[in-house]
Amino acid sequence: MTHDSSGGEVILSGISKRYGAFTAVHPLDLTIPQGSFFALLGASGCGKTTTLRMIAGLEDPSSGTVSLSGEDVTALPPYKRPVNTVFQNYALFPHLDIYENVAFGLRRRGIKSVKKQVEDMLELVELGSMARRKPNQLSGGQQQRVAVARALINHPKVLLLDEPLGALDLKLRRQMQLELKRIQTEVGITFVHVTHDQEEAMTMADTVAVMNGGRVEQLGAPADLYENPGSTFVANFLGTSNLIEAEVTGTSGDDLLLVAGGQKLALPTARCSAKTAVGGRVLAGVRPEKISVAHRDDEDSIADGRNRIPGRIVDSSFIGVSTQFVIDSPVCPELEVFVQNVDRDSRLVPGAPVVLHWNPAHTFGLDAAQDIDAGVQEVEAA
Amino acid sequence: MSTVTDRPPAPPETPAPVPAAMRRAAGRKRRVPYWLLLPGIAWLLVFFVAPMIYQASTSVQTGSLEAGFKVTWHFATYWDALTEYYPQFLRSFEYSAIATVLCLAIGYPLAYTIAFRAGRWRNLILILVIAPFFTSFLIRTLAWETILADGGFVVQTLNQLHILDLTSSLGITQGDRVLATPLAVICGLTYNFLPFMILPLYTSLERIDGKLHEAAGDLYAKPFTVFRKVTFPLSMPGVVAGTLLTFIPATGDYINAELLGTTNQKMIGNVIQSQFLRVLDYPTAAALSFILMAVILAMVMFYIRKAGTEELV
Amino acid sequence: MRWIRKNLVVFAGVLCLAYLILPNLVVMVFSFNKPNGRFNYEWTRFSTDAWEHPCDVADMCGSLGLSLQIALYATIGATVLGTMIAFALARYRFKARGTTNMLIFLPMAMPEVVMAASLGTLFLNMRVPFGFWTILIAHIMFCLSFVVTAVKARVMSMDPRLEQAAQDLYASPLQTFLRVTLPLVAPGIASGALLSFALSFDDFIITNFNAGSTVTFPMFVWGSAQRGTPVQINVIGTAMFVIAVLVVVAGQLLGSRRKARA
Repeated sequence: MTHDSSGGEVILSGISKRYGAFTAVHPLDLTIPQGSFFALLGASGCGKTTTLRMIAGLEDPSSGTVSLSGEDVTALPPYKRPVNTVFQNYALFPHLDIYENVAFGLRRRGIKSVKKQVEDMLELVELGSMARRKPNQLSGGQQQRVAVARALINHPKVLLLDEPLGALDLKLRRQMQLELKRIQTEVGITFVHVTHDQEEAMTMADTVAVMNGGRVEQLGAPADLYENPGSTFVANFLGTSNLIEAEVTGTSGDDLLLVAGGQKLALPTARCSAKTAVGGRVLAGVRPEKISVAHRDDEDSIADGRNRIPGRIVDSSFIGVSTQFVIDSPVCPELEVFVQNVDRDSRLVPGAPVVLHWNPAHTFGLDAAQDIDAGVQEVEAA
Repeated sequence: MSTVTDRPPAPPETPAPVPAAMRRAAGRKRRVPYWLLLPGIAWLLVFFVAPMIYQASTSVQTGSLEAGFKVTWHFATYWDALTEYYPQFLRSFEYSAIATVLCLAIGYPLAYTIAFRAGRWRNLILILVIAPFFTSFLIRTLAWETILADGGFVVQTLNQLHILDLTSSLGITQGDRVLATPLAVICGLTYNFLPFMILPLYTSLERIDGKLHEAAGDLYAKPFTVFRKVTFPLSMPGVVAGTLLTFIPATGDYINAELLGTTNQKMIGNVIQSQFLRVLDYPTAAALSFILMAVILAMVMFYIRKAGTEELV
Repeated sequence: MRWIRKNLVVFAGVLCLAYLILPNLVVMVFSFNKPNGRFNYEWTRFSTDAWEHPCDVADMCGSLGLSLQIALYATIGATVLGTMIAFALARYRFKARGTTNMLIFLPMAMPEVVMAASLGTLFLNMRVPFGFWTILIAHIMFCLSFVVTAVKARVMSMDPRLEQAAQDLYASPLQTFLRVTLPLVAPGIASGALLSFALSFDDFIITNFNAGSTVTFPMFVWGSAQRGTPVQINVIGTAMFVIAVLVVVAGQLLGSRRKARA
């Protein structure tokens, strides 16, 4: 067992987990490069924690193999794997003080002089003065830092984080997100992070794998996932999307031409993940912040070549940096639009007739055979 | 760059390719609980279950100590035992039922006090409830002979308050004596098994969130209604456990009847003890204890089903 | 008046406590008695004789020693076997689980006299000589269930992630058990062991059926109730009571001190 941080590449091949008739994780191939901050994102029960536990060795896979930096560790018990875990709710040993909690891993590997390392590690997480307290005397944020220190002191090749910030309040969570990102950059260890919070995943990770029903729906950099969702689940789970059912009428240059509710729309062919044919159906998606709102009276001032949809304001709520509108339109009864509060138009009140317009390049296309609401409830539940 | 591919799920009839080492480990793991259970369960099988079965066979044997006993399927032993000793059986159930009700009535206020009203005295009171255990209960039972002595303070007070007149008319005391009457035996039983009632009651009361009282008080206002509708139903597991832990040992007890009563207060435990240790009539002793066991088990099962509590162990 | 009504339950509780403690006080007071006859039921005059010569009564201290010895061995036996069963029941799903639960419950739901008579019948017919070993076997048998109940509750309330965390931090299964599981389950094991000790030390009924001519302390007291009660049994009873209370109070103070310091 070497404990340098090099070679922390995780390769999962054909790994799956079944409990009786229930399949928690379908056979999955995944390569997590050394030194990356990798997030497994999904709602509860999507198989993300099971996947993490199989990497840690806490769960035996039903099939497939796990290898760490080229070595097959599938048959190794957790205490022989060079990975450490930050558990959900931390799992700090209640009968040991903070110092002994942090020293636990070093002592188990027979390292005698742990004092310097433990003290350095406690300084790193700013808990030097708490060394002799018991875990239940610490606040949630402090406990979280102890859990990170207890894992990191072992210089694992991979650090696994299971909903590490789930028990913290919003403000502390933001702060710890940045803190964890800083630590990861500093130590250069591969982090695999399980979360149901899409914002957390996007803030921290280089690569996000969105999981749903025991499968990885899509994998990529946060911005890439957000801009080019490959399924309705990803489109709805990561942020919000307006999905409009449309019929393909033809092509024009690099664009597909669509008709929805009598309105003509354009969609870049390259951004459509569905197979299309003239006369076929497709879901045209656009993020709420890409859309502009103009009062019907100003329709003429909208530049040519933009996608337009007429509608009526149903609801508007002012939330400081932006105003959120809900628009009733012939193509979709509840289109969402976020408008930055730069020049506020006093005519844009509920009941006002409006025209929505956006750059066609911001439109993405999805297979219309999917459930249009997939991933919507999950966000609310989580 | 990371890669991902979805494979179709493996058909269920093909076994998943799992490394052989892991399969062996899983096999070992499955056997672990049996190794853990083996010594203790073997102990119970040999020294608890086997004697019960053996006793059942003894109860249908005939013979004598000198000539030896043989299984003759002599069920008449049961009939003879029942006809001869049914007063002691009935008395046992009567005394222990009264003692159990008294324990519940007396023990509930104390358990309630410890759980909700004792504040910083809580631990001290708990210690005082458990501490009597450490003085041999035989010595403590003998102390009741002093407390209930004829002409003693307790008996005189009861006499002056005319309580003894009342209990005499109920037939549980005689004249101005308490000792050597049913009351003394019941009093001793109640005393001896009271902690077994208080501790489970306290455990289940302590689990009740104090805020529930406030919420209920907010909704019902009347304290007694709060108790009847909220506290008591929630303490039901404690009531069930406490009742069983009191009733069962009290029914089989023979020490209180022996030390505080006379031959007229003998319970079934006394009979079994004397048949076994003095008369040496093992078939009768076995038949009596087999009947006692069967009746108790039937009552316990009925009671648990009726009171509907979850796992008891 | 309202104050009285509000605290009615507390009064009832205090009365109940008095009922529980009264015999102990009587035992204590009468340990300073100097009775005229053989029975120590009536107050005669104050004396510290019995406290000065506790072992003057023939065979009493011997029986006390025997009882303590049996209680110690029975506690060790029942605690080890019971803890193993508790772990199996709390941690594993296996086929015979329901039956096992029933088998653990039954000895607690059985009048002592039934177990006593049946075990005695078995020993008698197997020609096992009654004495120290038969008493010990019987005591381990009836203490076992109480240990299982106490330990199982504790194991089940333990967060399984703590053991996983230990494994994740390079602790082998044995190390995990010794460093994490055992310290966390210890209070349950301790209370099971304490209960076993008290039950075994104080047991009369089962011992009476399985002791033969061996005399434990409760059997000595039983015999003396017929022959004459020496004041010394009150001395032993009082001493045990005081020691037990002091040990528990000291433990409590130590616990709260540690909590305050940490």
